[in-house]
Amino acid sequence: MTAKRTARTSSFEDTLKRLEAIVESLEGGSVSLDEALDLYEEGIKLSRECAERLRSAEQRIRKLTKDAGGQFALNDMNNA
Amino acid sequence: MEEQTAVSVTEITRQIKQSLETRYPRVWVQGELSNVKFHTSGHLYFTLKDEGAQISGVMWRSRVQTLRSQLQDGMKVTVRGAITVYPPRGAYQIDAEHIQPSGLGELQARFEALKRKLAAEGLFDTARKRVLPEFPESIGIITSETGAALHDMITVFARRMPSVELVVLPVRVQGTGAAKEIAAALADMNAFGGVNLIIVGRGGGSLEDLWAFNEEEVARAIAASRLPVVSAVGHEVDVTIADFVADLRAPTPTAAAELVVRDRRELLEVLANMWYTTRRRTEEVLRAERDHLHQLSGSYALNRPRDLLREYLQRMDEHTRALEVSAGHFLRHRQESTATLAGKLSALHPKNVLKRGFAIVRARDGVRTRADEVVEGESARIEFHDGSVAAHLEKRL
Repeated sequence: MTAKRTARTSSFEDTLKRLEAIVESLEGGSVSLDEALDLYEEGIKLSRECAERLRSAEQRIRKLTKDAGGQFALNDMNNA
Repeated sequence: MEEQTAVSVTEITRQIKQSLETRYPRVWVQGELSNVKFHTSGHLYFTLKDEGAQISGVMWRSRVQTLRSQLQDGMKVTVRGAITVYPPRGAYQIDAEHIQPSGLGELQARFEALKRKLAAEGLFDTARKRVLPEFPESIGIITSETGAALHDMITVFARRMPSVELVVLPVRVQGTGAAKEIAAALADMNAFGGVNLIIVGRGGGSLEDLWAFNEEEVARAIAASRLPVVSAVGHEVDVTIADFVADLRAPTPTAAAELVVRDRRELLEVLANMWYTTRRRTEEVLRAERDHLHQLSGSYALNRPRDLLREYLQRMDEHTRALEVSAGHFLRHRQESTATLAGKLSALHPKNVLKRGFAIVRARDGVRTRADEVVEGESARIEFHDGSVAAHLEKRL
C-alpha cells in the first residue's frame, strides 16, 4: 500500500451535523406528518450509519516510511 | 645545617611546571566566576573560586570567540582546560578551552533564550493556533517506536475510538540527531498528508532526555506544519518549547490521545438521544394526525385518510423493527423505553386495535362510530382483525 493522499473529509462530522438538524426540525414543531416521517426515516438511517462507524472495533495502526525516491508507504504495524 | 646542592628558582619552577602540566593536561573544574575581565587583547581573565579555594584562569582570544554564553561574575560554571604554570609570576592557572554555565543552569538559559526569541517572532501567538478537527479519522504520531508513549496512546485510542486510523512515523526522541529526525518527520507527515492532525512527543525523562523538544529546529518544524500539531512531551510538569509552538499542549502522551478523540460511548449516547427524540417527535405528529382523523370519523371522508394513516403506521412499524435490530447493540440500556414506545406505536395500528377485541361496524354508506347513527334494520359488515361477518342491525338497546 503506497501513495500520497489526502485525509478523508470527516463525513462523520457532516452526518452528525445533519442528524442534529433533523432533530431540530422535528423539535421545532410545525412539521407535517409527511415531513416528519421523511425526517424520521433519514434520521434513523444516519444514526445507524454513525453508530456502525463508532462500533467498528478494528484498530488500524500503520507505519509510515519514505523510500529513497521520496515515495511514502504505509505498512501494518504490530500492535505493540 | 648541611648544605645540599641548591637549584635555581627557574629550575624549581621548571620542575613544578613540568610536574603540574603533566599531571593535569585536561581537567574539568566547577566553581563560581569572579574578576571576569575581557582584556583589550581579546583574552579573558577570571578567577574561579569556591568556599575553600580559588584559582586564576585565562582563556585566549581564539577560544573566547567560541563562547556561547554571556559570562559574568557570580555565575556558576564548569571550565574545561589545562593547568599551566606561569614562571615569571610563579603562579599556576587554568588555561581554559571552554567555559559553560553549569548543568541545568546552562540548559535553562538556552531554554529561556530560545523562548524569548521565538516569542518575539510571534511563533507562540494564539492567532497562529490551528483548530483541531473534532472528529479526526486518521492521526499521525511522531514518537519512538519502542517507547511507552506509543503504547499508551494506542491503548487510549483502542478504548475511546478504535475506528480512528493511526499513522506512526518512528523517530529517535533523544540523543544526538533526535531533533533533526523529529523536525524531518514533521515535514514528512505534512508531505504525506493522509492524516487530520499530528501528535509529536515522548514519555517522561530527565531534562536532557527531553531536550530535543527544546531545540529550535523542532519548534520551527511545528510552526511550519500545515496540519495541526499536538505536543505531548514527558509528564505534566515538563514544559518544552515545542509545547509553546504546538496548536495544543497535552500534559502527557496519554492525555494527548484523550484530547484528540471523543469517547465513542459518549457519542453513542448522543446518538441514542437524537434517535429517541426523533422517534418521540414523530410519534407525537402521528398521534396528532390520528386525533384529527378521529374528529373526522363519522364523515364520508373517513375511509381514505384511514388508509393513509394505515400506510403511515405500517411505515413506522417497519422502522421500529429495523431499528430494534440495528440499534439494539448500542442502545442496550435504552431498550426498555424503546420497547415501550414500540408497544405504544403498534397499539395505534388499527389492526392491533381490533386484536384487542374491538370491531368496526361498516354500513353501506360508511362506518358507524355512534349508536345513534345506526338505522334500525340496516345491514352492515362487522370487521374483526382476521376477517368480516355480515350483520343485521336491530333496534337500539
